[in-house]
Amino acid sequence: MIHSLFLINHSGDIFLEKHWKSVIGRSVCDYFFEAKEKAVQPENVPPVLQTPHHYLISVYRDKLFFLSVVQTEVPPLFVIEFLHRVADTVQDYFGECSEGVIKDNVVTVYELLEEMLDNGFPLATESNVLKEMIRPPTILRSVVNTLTGGSNVGDTLPTGQLSSIPWRRAGVKYTNNEAYFDVIEEIDAILDKSGTTVFAEIQGVIEACVRLTGMPDLTLSFMNPRLLDDMSFHPCVRFKRWESERILSFIPPDGNFTLMTYHVSSQNVVALPVYVKQNISFLETGSCGRLDITIGPKQTMGKTVEGLTVTVHMPKTVLSANLTATQGNYTYNLATKVLVWDIGKLNPQKLPNLRGSLSLQAGAPRPEENPALDITLKIQQLAISGLKVSRLDMYGEKYKPFKGVKYLTKAGKFQVRT
Amino acid sequence: MTDSKYFTTTKKGEIFELKAELNSDKKEKKKEAVKKVIASMTVGKDVSALFPDVVNCMQTDNLELKKLVYLYLMNYAKSQPDMAIMAVNTFVKDCEDPNPLIRALAVRTMGCIRVDKITEYLCEPLRKCLKDEDPYVRKTAAVCAAKLHDINAQLVEDQGFLDTLKDLISDSNPMVVANAVAALSEIAESHPNSNLLDLNPQTINKLLTALNECTEWGQIFILDCLANYTPRDDRESQSICERVTPRLSHANSAVVLSAVKVLMKFMEMLPKDLDYYGTLLKKLAPPLVTLLSAEPELQYVALRNINLIVQRRPEILKHEMKVFFVKYNDPIYVKLEKLDIMIRLASQANIAQVLAELKEYATEVDVDFVRKAVRAIGRCAIKVEQSAERCVSTLLDLIQTKVNYVVQEAIVVIKDIFRKYPNKYESVIATLCENLDSLDEPEARAAMIWIVGEYAERIDNADELLESFLEGFHDESTQVQLQLLTAIVKLFLKKPTETQELVQQVLSLATQDSDNPDLRDRGYIYWRLLSTDPVAAKEVVLAEKPLISEETDLIEPTLLEELICHIGTLASVYHKPPSAFVEGSRGVQHKRLPGSAGSGESESQDTGSAAGVTEAPPAVIPSQGDLLGDLLNLDLTPPTTTGPPPPSSGMQMGAMDLLGGGLDSLMGDESEPLGGDLGGSPAMGAGFSAPTAAMPASFNAPVSGGLDDLFDLGGGVGLPMGAYTPPKTIWLPAMKAKGLEISGTFVRRAGVIQMEMTLTNKAMSVMTDFAIQFNRNSFGLAPAGPLQVLTPLSPNQSIEVALPLSTVGPVMKMEPLNNLQVAVKNNIDVFYFSCQYPISMLFVEDGKMERQVFLATWKDIPNDNESQFQIKDCHLNSDAASNKLQGSNIFTIAKRTVEGQDMLYQSMKLTNSIWVLAELRVQAGNPNYTVCLKCRAAEVSQGVFQCYEAVLKN
Repeated sequence: MIHSLFLINHSGDIFLEKHWKSVIGRSVCDYFFEAKEKAVQPENVPPVLQTPHHYLISVYRDKLFFLSVVQTEVPPLFVIEFLHRVADTVQDYFGECSEGVIKDNVVTVYELLEEMLDNGFPLATESNVLKEMIRPPTILRSVVNTLTGGSNVGDTLPTGQLSSIPWRRAGVKYTNNEAYFDVIEEIDAILDKSGTTVFAEIQGVIEACVRLTGMPDLTLSFMNPRLLDDMSFHPCVRFKRWESERILSFIPPDGNFTLMTYHVSSQNVVALPVYVKQNISFLETGSCGRLDITIGPKQTMGKTVEGLTVTVHMPKTVLSANLTATQGNYTYNLATKVLVWDIGKLNPQKLPNLRGSLSLQAGAPRPEENPALDITLKIQQLAISGLKVSRLDMYGEKYKPFKGVKYLTKAGKFQVRT
Repeated sequence: MTDSKYFTTTKKGEIFELKAELNSDKKEKKKEAVKKVIASMTVGKDVSALFPDVVNCMQTDNLELKKLVYLYLMNYAKSQPDMAIMAVNTFVKDCEDPNPLIRALAVRTMGCIRVDKITEYLCEPLRKCLKDEDPYVRKTAAVCAAKLHDINAQLVEDQGFLDTLKDLISDSNPMVVANAVAALSEIAESHPNSNLLDLNPQTINKLLTALNECTEWGQIFILDCLANYTPRDDRESQSICERVTPRLSHANSAVVLSAVKVLMKFMEMLPKDLDYYGTLLKKLAPPLVTLLSAEPELQYVALRNINLIVQRRPEILKHEMKVFFVKYNDPIYVKLEKLDIMIRLASQANIAQVLAELKEYATEVDVDFVRKAVRAIGRCAIKVEQSAERCVSTLLDLIQTKVNYVVQEAIVVIKDIFRKYPNKYESVIATLCENLDSLDEPEARAAMIWIVGEYAERIDNADELLESFLEGFHDESTQVQLQLLTAIVKLFLKKPTETQELVQQVLSLATQDSDNPDLRDRGYIYWRLLSTDPVAAKEVVLAEKPLISEETDLIEPTLLEELICHIGTLASVYHKPPSAFVEGSRGVQHKRLPGSAGSGESESQDTGSAAGVTEAPPAVIPSQGDLLGDLLNLDLTPPTTTGPPPPSSGMQMGAMDLLGGGLDSLMGDESEPLGGDLGGSPAMGAGFSAPTAAMPASFNAPVSGGLDDLFDLGGGVGLPMGAYTPPKTIWLPAMKAKGLEISGTFVRRAGVIQMEMTLTNKAMSVMTDFAIQFNRNSFGLAPAGPLQVLTPLSPNQSIEVALPLSTVGPVMKMEPLNNLQVAVKNNIDVFYFSCQYPISMLFVEDGKMERQVFLATWKDIPNDNESQFQIKDCHLNSDAASNKLQGSNIFTIAKRTVEGQDMLYQSMKLTNSIWVLAELRVQAGNPNYTVCLKCRAAEVSQGVFQCYEAVLKN
């Protein structure tokens, strides 16, 4: 199972190590550094590396490498999932996952790691179980602790770990009982030069924030559940019920959690909210090029498209851009060669357009590659797949909770090729 | 208030200050101090000097402080074992605490203290905790049993913890079940044959029940364990599949992939016409697709596995081509994998889409990726015949871009397309020739030269083109040189009149001015061919080449089957069988898909994963040239210990007079492989490199073998002792054989086993017409020639005969192993007798293992295969013993002296490539030696021991 964990920052310093079995020297990371050197970009470091005696499995999150060392045959996905879980837990406990925060809370992090794995076997990875054993730091508590000599470690048995619903602790109490669900859909799409869709799909997720007293049993039903292609559920969801009735029935964890993720595949026709007309060309002679981008609404179901930005990764030889935008601002970063056009709201009456000339390094050959456009956008109160929640009911408790459902559509990896 | 302050204290007197604080009376100060110690520890500072002070803080009611001290203990107990004993009492006490959290914490921590002395104290508390009333304690204890096993396996077995663990599989709490399974799986990895996880329908049912209720991690363990089960029939198989399918909807991708593994395996047993089979196939696609929207690291592992799945069952994802389209900001490792799968899924139906994508990719920034994309276009052309034309025109478009590496890559793949569709696309040759000058990579140059040579009759200025390459002949890489040589010979055979000069030039360059033996040999062969029989030369060199096959990078089917059983594991990421690379797994079981059982049983016996590499069937190696590993076969290490040596070794060839008679025999022996090399090699990916690539495979092995022999001989020169030869004994008494008496013995001389016999005629008449035959025997011993008794044997005459033996005869296991049944015939009758040969006859000269390999193999062989023997009354010192044994090809690899006892680590190899590893313990002044033998085929141990005894005592 998982033998050791090293946390490595962007510049390649190991700032925390944890061994669940015998201690493995830091020198094992040299293989990783070698691969990192070779990959140039940190994102490109291969996640599974083989060394003469160990395997190094790593993830790159929040500019940190979480590198684990294993010695025997272990499912690598298991390790990768766990590493992401470590990052999630740090995020959850301290609000962000960064070198600074981890160093500030090193003892707590260490205790957490100790609770999360035993001899390399996962022990407690559910946030609410962990929080029962090791309380997250708050300013108030640290003050109190200093005064009274109290500690952050709970002395109760983590009850949740043993019950058949390990994700929920007993004895939850709220004065305001509320349950909110956010249906968030991301569009992943690739459009080709002419604007036709090469590939499009929707990744959906239902994030929940449930603060309900006692042991509520919820059911959530959809108007059109057949839309969904592939779902993965939080362990709390009763799968049988979904299979037979297409209803989500569950006893929720306390607080924030991801209820389900789903996928509306490329088999179905995916509605795209915007279209893009673009032309980026470089002249054969003379060191300049032209750029012309227009964005217009396509299928927005009557909602407004907001937060629209276009990012272009220009070829290295592009020195500057002299453009005019009919709406919004553009910036061209000389160092990273990234052009960002921040449009904001899309006005269907007056389509935003960005055009002008690009100047290239004198004498440089015409760039070989075509820069791709990255689009981001947001549409409030719309799930682009058409998914709608029809009702939310609560059983098992007597009070009347506050309920709410919000929809949001975002661009995920929305790329236009030129 | 943050912990970062703990990082700042780096003063000199730090340890001293901490010591004072740890011994403070104030609880709060103590805790702060322990925290500081832990913080120093986490960043790798050595604070082990504080051990006693920290341990003193252990007796506390404060749970946090206790935990912190435990943390510290786990880290440093190993370096301070004596001090750690001090803590034992507290642990034992805590194991009886009324609070189950403390009980569990104590048993958990105890297991992490990897000190031998402590383990014995751990047994009693562990036993109690395994049966604790609280499931939390039980599940913690289950893991502790695995920890303890890691430290002291024998102890765990003796104490019966394994049985307790097995009982826990039936525990009422699903978490306990999951941990018990996890612990047993880990233990089982070091005991491949122990049948720890004895799966039967009852336990399977228990596991399936627990599967629904335990944590995500527990589900992974249980699913992986289920995958090892072989259902009795298709009904059971289906019912398990039905209960596993819901796991495909789990949020944890590792659960999903483990479930896919179980389903892929059990699906094999379902009849294909069953409705459920179709349903299952449909259910598998969406979760696999969803894995691709996860984080890139997860995508990578998923893609590597999908690569296996589409090879086994392409129907699952055949409609999902689009999800494998590459986004420009995917990490490169994801891009390359996606590309590979796109080609696998390419078919007539979707080829247009795929080609459009590939063309798009060919204009991206990343050079590696662009190259693979261009290469992929070529692969599409070869795979989908209807698309070949479009692929070629796409490639021509790309060549027009004049981007150097794109052009080069395109030419390499166009060569492959020519190999697949000869005489179809020659019209493009002109375009290719225009780019001749821009080619600077050997592979592209070689490809271009091949095209010119192959189509020399249609290229008017072929001789000029080739001549231009010839100018810098010696600066070219071997690959190009070889290709140029062949191309010019082809040209000569096609246009003999104009190119005579050219061919002479290249032959002389290759044979006289080159140091490269491959090149020289090939040059000589052509030379001789051309000078003796030009017609034959034409037949050989211009022979019709076999078409290259569609997909050369497919994983070999038996390996694929095994890998399918290992979906989700490291093996599946590396596409190698676990035995080939996982160090920790001592003796790996070969997993096979059900329904195809028995396909690979024969290899499981021994062949020695000793070298690790040899396990992978050599046939697989060429297929490794997938998109990631574009190494061609050149870099692959030749199998180290396989097979009988080929007829001629590279060493000898170098020395041989190539123009003399030797060549004819060489030609005769090897015309087949040479034909392949000269004309067309069968592998596409290998394509041009095949001639060179084939060399290492067939020649390097003997070369290194030859070298080893040399070295060993060198080592053996100074040694006075030869192999031990047992005295002759009477095998066939005269009274049983009508007056013929045979006594004999076996010797090994210069690597040849000989049966030395004395035949005595005790009858009254002359004996003639001797012949000998062996029954089938354990090691395939057979006479290498006829029994040479040239003169008739007169009455009362004796004759000495030496019969060389080979070990390639038919094999049958005998009892005892070294029994040999012999039939001897003369003019009077046929006589039968049996004799026993010392196993040491079979020890080959290159039986000396590499130290590392020895170590790994020693670990790798399960303890069950170990046997121990005593040799009494032997009065040699260890060096003398070592020398003596070496005479019989028992090689000492290392010697270690521990407390006056010499331990010799020795290895020997039998003629059938079984390795035997031995540890010989010699204590000065003690005439009794101990031999410890480890061998995958444990049966030989007894015989080997007898050899030891015989050799050492004579």
